[in-house]
Amino acid sequence: MIRKVAAAVLRLWIVPVVLVVWELGTRALAGPYFPPPTKIAAQMGELWFSGPPTRLWLNDTALTNFPYSIANLLTGWVLSGVGGVVVGVALGRSSLLFRFLDPIIQFGRALPPVTLLPLFIALFSTGARMHILLIAFGIVWPVLFNAADGARHVDPLHLDTARVFRLSRVQRLVKVILPSALPKVFAGLRLSLSLALILMVIAETFSTIGIGYQLRVAERGYDLPGTWGAVILLGVLGYVFNQIFVLLERRALAWQSSAQRRT
Amino acid sequence: MRLNARRALDSPLVCGVIGVVALLSAAEAAGRLGLISTVQFPLTSTVLLEAAGLAADPAFLADVATTFGGWALGLLATVAVAVPLGLLLGSVPPIEAALRPVIEFLRPIPSVAIIPLATFMFSGRLDLKVAVILYASTWPILINTVYGLREVDPVAKETLRTFGFGPLSVLWRVSLPSTAPFIATGVRVAAAIALILAISTELLSSGAGGIGNFIVLAESSPEGLRMQVAAIVWAGLLGLVTNGVFVWGERRIFRWHTARTGATQ
Repeated sequence: MIRKVAAAVLRLWIVPVVLVVWELGTRALAGPYFPPPTKIAAQMGELWFSGPPTRLWLNDTALTNFPYSIANLLTGWVLSGVGGVVVGVALGRSSLLFRFLDPIIQFGRALPPVTLLPLFIALFSTGARMHILLIAFGIVWPVLFNAADGARHVDPLHLDTARVFRLSRVQRLVKVILPSALPKVFAGLRLSLSLALILMVIAETFSTIGIGYQLRVAERGYDLPGTWGAVILLGVLGYVFNQIFVLLERRALAWQSSAQRRT
Repeated sequence: MRLNARRALDSPLVCGVIGVVALLSAAEAAGRLGLISTVQFPLTSTVLLEAAGLAADPAFLADVATTFGGWALGLLATVAVAVPLGLLLGSVPPIEAALRPVIEFLRPIPSVAIIPLATFMFSGRLDLKVAVILYASTWPILINTVYGLREVDPVAKETLRTFGFGPLSVLWRVSLPSTAPFIATGVRVAAAIALILAISTELLSSGAGGIGNFIVLAESSPEGLRMQVAAIVWAGLLGLVTNGVFVWGERRIFRWHTARTGATQ
């Protein structure tokens, strides 16, 4: 335990150094565009974290905007995860289907998601539904491609074994194909989770609620510490999401690494 | 490869064309039958006509040139920064270990969120685009370079060292050539990100010109949606072509590498 803490301290020594250099550097520069981190933190505190400790210091602004954005992000991510895996596995197992849909999918992936914002507003008007759909559509590609790749490269020996044991199609899918595609699917899900944060900000550009909206408010009000604060908040969110995901992934794929070690 | 009696269905080109035509026809039919209101989404034929018209529209072509100008400059700047940085981090592990937490924190900051911040700092539209692209596209190149350096054959490095070559020489003669395919993959990914960021910057920070700006301005025109969808179609096609060029270039230059690892795409 002590050794772990010591290792973490050794690994993270750069963080306080960077913070101090940042603080001193921005104070020396004294330019309006680079506020010192203490000022950013103070502004963040005033904007979002002035609530009572019983609510984790979150104030009303934070409580109306943060859960809304995070809920949309997670819903969109789950939707794209389910859709991406279903379509991806189908594409991976049927080369005919893949040949038919490949150009369409390549085109969809090449579309810059921001350009879809005006289109999605026209189609679904603004609101949570549009946000969720834009997020889901924008981030589905990594999951889809990875699921297809994983489902295509199932060990032929495993498939043959399944056939010998007369596993039905559904059993083969659930017991052989999906588990062996799982590591790839997780890699795709991780990538799309970080993309989801970007899409969330894009989706909320013209809305009046959410973290992306908070960023816009700070920008329009020439509130530089606030803008920096929103960017940092998004960075922290991205970091936390990624850490949680890695933990879950390690749990879900524990069988896989132990199985590999045995062979 | 499965043997198929119907040879045509084995050809990716034939199948692809059938797939695209089927989707477009379905969209056209849905519009004509009133399943999708044409006010909300224009007919396929209208969009295709509009897109063809845009290809001959000098104003739109100028916008495309603006976008790709910023994209190329940003990508060049990124390569110039990220490759040397990656080589440094990859060949000096203590620096990599020290900077890792900083990189781990900077990387998840959504690139689009940087745009409002950068809008304050960069007055010139081109600077702004290059800066945003530099921030967002650095990561794939940097990480691929560091990763590629780890995969360099240690025997080859030791061999050169035994013959008295210095560390820089070893880097130039062994590490860099064997890392090059990894760097190239990073550059391809970065190119796609850079194009997305170029268009996003134009869309979110007004008055920048380019495809993104075209989409914003189209909103105020009566046939706005039609023009927007046509411009989006071009954005997607240009993205596809750009990616294709990079994939093709990579295959040509690094044929020896794909042959060795049998890499799939």
